[in-house]
Amino acid sequence: MGNVDLNAKIPNNVNLKDDRRLQRALESWQPNYIDWWKSMGPEGFQADEIYLRTAVDVGRDGWAHFEHVKMPEYRWGIFLTPRDDDRVIPCGDHAGMEAWQQVPGEYRNMLRRIIVTQADTEPASVEQQRLLGQTAPSQYDLRNLFQVNVEEGRHLWAMVYLLHTYFGRDGREEAEDLLRRRSGDPDSPRILGTFNEPIEDWLSFFMFTTFTDRDGKFQLLSLTESAFDPCSRTCRFMLTEEAHHMFVGETGVGRTIQRTCEVMNELGTTDPEAIRKHGAIDLPTIQRYINRWFSSSVNLFGGERSSNAAMYFAAGLKGRYKEERYEDHVALEGIYNLPLPQNGGMTNEEVPLRNAMNEVLRDGYVGDCKFVCDRWNRVLEKAGREERVYLPNRRFNRDIGVYSGVHFDTDGNRITQEEWDAKRDGWLPNETDKAFVKSLMKPSLGVGQIASWIAPPRTGINKNAFEWEYVRFDKSSVGVSLGAKPSLTG
Amino acid sequence: MTATLAPVRFEISPEQYRHWQLEFDGPIARLRMNIQEDEGLRDGYVLKLNSYDLGVDIELADATRRLRFEHPEVRVLVIDSAIDRVFCSGANIHMLGASTHAFKVNFCKFTNETRLYLEDMSAECGIHTLAALNGTCAGGGYELAMACDEIALVDDGNSAVSLPEVPLLGVLPGTGGLTRLVDKRKVRRDLADVFSTVAEGIKGRRAEKWGLVDKSVPSSRFKQWVDDRAASFGDADAPRGRSADDAGVVLEPLGGEYTESGVTHRYVSATIDGRTATITVRGPDGTPPADAAAARAQGGDFWPLRLARELDDVLLDLRFNRLDIGTLILESKGDADQVLAYDAFLAEHAESDWFVFEALAYWKRVLKRVDLTARSVFALIEPGHCFVGSLFELTLAADRSYMLDDPEQPTEVRLSALNRGALPMPNGLTRLETRFLGDAEALEAVLAHEGAWDAVAAQDAGLVTLSPDDIDWEDEVRIAIEERASLSPDALTGMEANLRFAGPETLETKIFGRLSAWQNWIFQRPNAVGEQGALTLYGRPERPVFDWRRT
Repeated sequence: MGNVDLNAKIPNNVNLKDDRRLQRALESWQPNYIDWWKSMGPEGFQADEIYLRTAVDVGRDGWAHFEHVKMPEYRWGIFLTPRDDDRVIPCGDHAGMEAWQQVPGEYRNMLRRIIVTQADTEPASVEQQRLLGQTAPSQYDLRNLFQVNVEEGRHLWAMVYLLHTYFGRDGREEAEDLLRRRSGDPDSPRILGTFNEPIEDWLSFFMFTTFTDRDGKFQLLSLTESAFDPCSRTCRFMLTEEAHHMFVGETGVGRTIQRTCEVMNELGTTDPEAIRKHGAIDLPTIQRYINRWFSSSVNLFGGERSSNAAMYFAAGLKGRYKEERYEDHVALEGIYNLPLPQNGGMTNEEVPLRNAMNEVLRDGYVGDCKFVCDRWNRVLEKAGREERVYLPNRRFNRDIGVYSGVHFDTDGNRITQEEWDAKRDGWLPNETDKAFVKSLMKPSLGVGQIASWIAPPRTGINKNAFEWEYVRFDKSSVGVSLGAKPSLTG
Repeated sequence: MTATLAPVRFEISPEQYRHWQLEFDGPIARLRMNIQEDEGLRDGYVLKLNSYDLGVDIELADATRRLRFEHPEVRVLVIDSAIDRVFCSGANIHMLGASTHAFKVNFCKFTNETRLYLEDMSAECGIHTLAALNGTCAGGGYELAMACDEIALVDDGNSAVSLPEVPLLGVLPGTGGLTRLVDKRKVRRDLADVFSTVAEGIKGRRAEKWGLVDKSVPSSRFKQWVDDRAASFGDADAPRGRSADDAGVVLEPLGGEYTESGVTHRYVSATIDGRTATITVRGPDGTPPADAAAARAQGGDFWPLRLARELDDVLLDLRFNRLDIGTLILESKGDADQVLAYDAFLAEHAESDWFVFEALAYWKRVLKRVDLTARSVFALIEPGHCFVGSLFELTLAADRSYMLDDPEQPTEVRLSALNRGALPMPNGLTRLETRFLGDAEALEAVLAHEGAWDAVAAQDAGLVTLSPDDIDWEDEVRIAIEERASLSPDALTGMEANLRFAGPETLETKIFGRLSAWQNWIFQRPNAVGEQGALTLYGRPERPVFDWRRT
């Protein structure tokens, strides 16, 4: 691909047309990326035209660009929030000094590891979700899924831009490896465990975009505080897209709850069996999915006491959520009171603040998730229901950190192995739940059609109605048969 | 570690292992690292992610010994880990941080001796060693892997081998420095330089390409590959009749007595007096067994084996538990003729019988441990002694030897076949060759000499340092010991280590030389252990502050 082609295909604000190093790197990476997208991206819809939003500029209007486009032809761009020449390092040992426009050699490896780990989750989630399109509950949702997917793809581009531009040959090799690893492949898995499990149903997808993408949001927030300015600016721009993913998740779960309310009101019962028979998902099952996805996403923040976290903060590679709210940006003095399991009970440990930075970030995350829960409860309230959903305690069902290896109930109280074994199936999706949710996963892809278990959204995309052709199926492809299938109705 | 802590004991047996699972499947032995976090030798640290302390290594050392004696059927040893995605993360940093300097040095020395024993085992017993790295392998964990004949690393996109000490801790990589990396594995020095400064290490195909591992194996095939590889050694030949038909010889507990004033075993004892310990070695009770089978029937009671195990135990007790003992006096008691008879027996059967060889090889290793003991060692050759042949090596290992010249009680020393190559030093030479490094004629004369040397002749021949007569003896020896005890212990340690290993460098001499010099120096420096040193601050919120001046 020539330079002119590259520049036309890749919307950017990084002066790609004059950057020979970046051109050279992208010339080989871009075709590999398209190959990866075709083989690992959404299966069965590559020839269809999807109503997608494309970032063509960093300004407000740059986001308003919607058109029907075949996904492999989507214009993945490279955008950074414009540079602020006066920006200083917000936190850590170098706080107050001029932000770095190049990577200092001493932090190169650490920074590369952080960026690669973040970057790896982007293609991973596309891979995890690649079969979901085939069971979409509506065209609107199908389109949203693909919007999320192409934006995860763009996030990969954003991270690869950093690797290509600032990390030399190592960076190029890491960028290649990002296309080589495969979610769930035992020989070449994605870096983080959670990203190697397929997302098999739409309820899980909505939970993932609510809770797991929200972890992404907080990781990006901590990276926007980075002393390494290009990383900060890249992540700042990515956050605008991440917000849409969480919107998809939160409204997806909200609409599921909405539908459940309608069925409960219609039937005048809360009996899960009756609700299930009616093709909706009972609230206890929804709660169990919340419990599962919240707890697994909480793990992603890492250990409560972490020397890496301290090192990253000290070096200024990562900051806290909204670092500007704090007065002390060095954080060498403070302590964090961490409740710790000890001898069947709990005790308190004073952790030096820097070592507790993962937990500080997790605090922000848990608070954010609480607001989401409140909004879901408003759906219940408006439907005149007494029932409420809740967020389990962060200690519940943990695999990583000081709360792993012992058991807690959803309120965060220590419980024994026996209690856990007895109650586990009431707290987390059990086999019956999974089989039931799976049984609902039938495509409902006609214009204006909607599956039985979810309510339609209040409005469509870009001022279009819900009943609108968000996906123009390619009549010659297999995908069309999905669209022609009759949808389940409630 | 202070002297008030419970003493470290080095005798253990597999049923007492906490951190390793030793399993046998015909010719395949598996040593699986499964370090128990909360069962460190000392309090105050948690052995996370298969990180090890001395207790872990004591078990490993025991396992390598028992494989040699108790399992003649074994042809391959697979070392792997019971923890998912972690092979070994090296020596525990918090343990090192909490340890005294002396303990760190001794810990490093012991772990390196153990790794050399693994290499010895492979070379001498025909037991192929395969490190199966199922996950992350860092620092001392990689040193352990490098001590094996072959390293296989799982290629799962994450698992790497690494020596993160320089970038993370500000100390020298591994417990034995970088010698194995460039000398044994012959990794190119510039690649080794890159490898040793990347904290996250090198993984997969690149690790293989650089020679950091021998084979990078995809995750889904890893277990099968290791099993197949291990099985391919199943019917390998083993030297000196090591056979699956043999029962092996069980190493029973020695049952020594340890008190404030010393250690007592059957053939070896140590008696403490102030800052000096007198180690007395006793000769055999009678004649050697009739043949190799009879020797094997004696098992752990076979005198050369028992003697070696006891001396080993005494040396380790002094090294770890009695730090203020600066001088070791070696004495011997027994029938010199019987020692020589045993030497003849060992020389006759060691090449044809694996058990007799093992006893001799054990003695070789213990003598090396004497060479590496960071205490002044003086040997006293007095009437009734049995420092001849294989036991004369002890006097050659000593920094000085004194032989009494008393016409009333004439004293003699003699050599045997075992002084001629069976008991090499870490430098690969015999102790006689090292002693007469610049004097080929003297060496030739000593080797050609038939019969005994009396005290004066021994001094003339250069076999002993001094032969005081009965009038001078008391004062000479007393003054020498008292003077020694007055000198700076650090200066003596350095001086002795410099003088003991004349001659060529080998992997072993480099490891211990660099361990004593570089590793110990770096471990002492403010950049590592000062208030703002990297080792001090590891895991803490502050970052290290270095003194940038190079020395």
